[in-house]
Amino acid sequence: MSTAAATHEHHDHHPTGIMRWLTTTNHKDIGTLYLVFSLTMFLVGGSMALVIRAELFQPGLQLVDPGFFNQMTTMHALIMVFGAIMPAFVGLANWMVPLMIGAPDMALPRLNNWSFWILPMAFSLLGMTLLFPSGAPAAGWTMYPPLVLQTGDAFPFLIFAVHLMGISSVLGAINIIVTIMNMRAPGMGLLKMPLFVWTWLITAYLLILVMPVLAGAVTMLLTDKYFGTSFFQAAGGGDPVMFQHIFWFFGHPEVYIMILPAFGVVSQVIPTFARKPLFGYDSMVYATASIAFLSFIVWAHHMFTVGMPLAGQLFFMFSTMLIAVPTGVKVFNWVATMWKGSMTFETPMLFALAFVFLFTIGGFSGLMLAIAPADLQYHDTYFVVAHFHYVLVPGAAFGIMAAVYYWLPKWTGHMYNEKLGKLHFWLSAISVNVTFFPQHFVGLAGMPRRIPDYSTQFADFNMISSVGAFVFGFSQLLFVYVIWSCARGGQKATDQVWEGAEGLEWTVPSPAPHHTFDTPPVIR
Amino acid sequence: MSNNRIRKLVAALAAALPALVFAPLAKADWAVNMPKGVTAISQEVYGLHMLIFIVCCIIAVVVFGAMIYSLLRHRKSLGAEPAKFSHSTKAEIVWTIIPILILVGMAVPAADTLIRMEDTRGSDMSIKVTAYQWKWRYDYIDEGFGFFSSLAPEHNRARQLDSGIDPATIPNYLLEVDHPLVVPVGAKVRLLLTASDVIHAWWVPDFGGKKDAIPGFVNEFWFKPETPGIYRGQCAELCGRDHGFMPVVVHVLPEDEYQAWLGDQTAGLTFQDAAMTEETVAMVPATATTAVEEVTVEWNMDYAMATGEKLYNANCGACHQINGAGMPPTFPAIAGSPVATGDVAAHVDVAVNGRPGTAMAAFGPQLSDEDLAAIVTYQRNAFGNDTGDLVTPDQIAAAR
Repeated sequence: MSTAAATHEHHDHHPTGIMRWLTTTNHKDIGTLYLVFSLTMFLVGGSMALVIRAELFQPGLQLVDPGFFNQMTTMHALIMVFGAIMPAFVGLANWMVPLMIGAPDMALPRLNNWSFWILPMAFSLLGMTLLFPSGAPAAGWTMYPPLVLQTGDAFPFLIFAVHLMGISSVLGAINIIVTIMNMRAPGMGLLKMPLFVWTWLITAYLLILVMPVLAGAVTMLLTDKYFGTSFFQAAGGGDPVMFQHIFWFFGHPEVYIMILPAFGVVSQVIPTFARKPLFGYDSMVYATASIAFLSFIVWAHHMFTVGMPLAGQLFFMFSTMLIAVPTGVKVFNWVATMWKGSMTFETPMLFALAFVFLFTIGGFSGLMLAIAPADLQYHDTYFVVAHFHYVLVPGAAFGIMAAVYYWLPKWTGHMYNEKLGKLHFWLSAISVNVTFFPQHFVGLAGMPRRIPDYSTQFADFNMISSVGAFVFGFSQLLFVYVIWSCARGGQKATDQVWEGAEGLEWTVPSPAPHHTFDTPPVIR
Repeated sequence: MSNNRIRKLVAALAAALPALVFAPLAKADWAVNMPKGVTAISQEVYGLHMLIFIVCCIIAVVVFGAMIYSLLRHRKSLGAEPAKFSHSTKAEIVWTIIPILILVGMAVPAADTLIRMEDTRGSDMSIKVTAYQWKWRYDYIDEGFGFFSSLAPEHNRARQLDSGIDPATIPNYLLEVDHPLVVPVGAKVRLLLTASDVIHAWWVPDFGGKKDAIPGFVNEFWFKPETPGIYRGQCAELCGRDHGFMPVVVHVLPEDEYQAWLGDQTAGLTFQDAAMTEETVAMVPATATTAVEEVTVEWNMDYAMATGEKLYNANCGACHQINGAGMPPTFPAIAGSPVATGDVAAHVDVAVNGRPGTAMAAFGPQLSDEDLAAIVTYQRNAFGNDTGDLVTPDQIAAAR
């Protein structure tokens, strides 16, 4: 045990058992809570996806009522976006940002506790609607009125749950910004911060800017339903399309909220295993900032079919295409980082490489979707489903998995089982493509999204997709086992863990003691 | 899920492997690309789609090629020594400028096509399309008639949960309607799209795109089909429980056949207006009628019940079920319901004006007085409700 940890153990009288976790203000404990919560939600949301894929296994309705099918697509999306991906990144930020910038903890520890414990409440509210006689929300995670106003008793639960998720995200984001701005170790200028910290700083600003917009939109839905307003009801002088504009003004930055921290993770992992510094650090920072800025002026590319004026369509087409430039810079820089490196292929590196390949494929289909005339064909088909699953599953989720394998030895003090980790990677990487690649084909051939049953011409690819989904789903149990067994024991991890690893987090012992950097390190 | 469901799921999964092998033989289509379509615009869109696809493929070959080369050669296990470089301004400028040039090259033809797609001037005919949960209504504005278009009955039976009907035995499963939209070949058809309840989207892939139908607003979309034929599509915007079951079918006819079809439609209308016989009521489905003011048949219980049953099954059965049991609580039962056994006026009000904020649509604008009177009569006397009430078209008219 290190001296730093030993000398500070004496003032550390935290409660034990459940009270330790309920009352904790320690960034590592809260990080763990976030990560365990998001893994749980990943499995819950994933099992809903399997209900969807089981029904779509063959044409005809075999398993579920179409209404329940819509509940599954809606809940799957809400749980994956707000319950799995976002909290996982907040968990990583909680654990790693203080360790990476040499801070003793997050700046606002009590706020930190609260921002986590709001989440289980929010998802209990949302999840219990599945038990209601009138069922869970079924209007899609985008909650378009007037359809969403037909939701039964689940409606106020949906709105309140979204409010709570938003509060949690904003509190978490405030904490991250304050920590990064005020608690960096002496000598760590902004342009010396690890890229993961940079991407999170920018993500946190996005969260603060857009979550209140979502809160406003759903509040207007609430008053439309219960208090006689007509924001989105044409009969009362409102406009249903206005909701879509407001929603996507939140929704598009939200897309980058879910991917920018993954960019950060990959920018940590690739240099470590290529044993070579990140190529073009400055341009990576500027590219991230440009993507964040552009995310605010492209929202209506989700709405090319609503009947916008021509000038609007042209503007949103051009601005959307522009995003390809900074995104391209990032991909080129990652490849240049690998170039003439000395690479090894441990599990985190495998996930990071799959991220670069498969996220880029999702980027290509994104570029295709930006072409407005073609989007009128692609829009609301399985082509779109394939596109956003490519950026969210082998994109965001693989980024999270790379991060978990990369930092797990630092968290637990043990090396995970490398063989099982690699098995988990190959099963996931192959099955994710089997699941989502054929969806490009059925989408182009004319299959709309969000339908429980389909014409027989789409049968073959849907069957393949369903088989892939089940393999992917059950492979994740292996992920759970690898994490669990690593937490329980295993080969002792060194402080540095990885040969090529650089950064402050690798200077503290493994596992990282409860309190780190009580005396700030000095960066030269 | 019940045990039964789980067993079925397991059985379905066990069937996956052989099914994968034999499926191509059974219902092979394997379509992997966007259809070229039958309008000039759809072919332009297809061209843009292929252009951007090929551009992406070329970029992919370059980027992935470099990456794979690096993965194969720059390995520690091959004794590669890490280089020290960490930036190159020249390289970064190059890979910023080149994508910008490619994007400009894409933006020009895309904008060109978009401008032409948005030009709805000079159309030869206009059809008002109104979307309902879950059917379409087409009104031929210039000719003054219109009709509803719903999922064809045999498809509707096959698509019920556990129907026992193999979808493979039904041609164009889920892509068939009772009354298709009919247009002449070569005409620039302008659609005026709106909706009565929630947002829907009208989409036929062969016509090159889709457009949302939004309640309270009118959207425009046009197409000019160049080949006669039957073209199929679907609602593309999530619109509730039966979103997957509101297909779009368009028959594109040669001019003379179209004129003949048009003649039949308008002739039928005058006939109905003049005198309604029992046969024409049976022949002309309720959805195809417009306002029928004069009823020459005697309005009695037997007649109302017989017509009411057909109309109920077609218009109400999807939610309230053919047996009146509904799917509580979202879709309440008609059998024994307080509405269908209570005050007649209140019942008529629900049927005519709907229940705002729920999936219960206002059927007043959709069906005639006589149709609604028959349906309400049927609901009040079938399923063991036995109220003995005969609702008349006048009562419906009074509730409008």
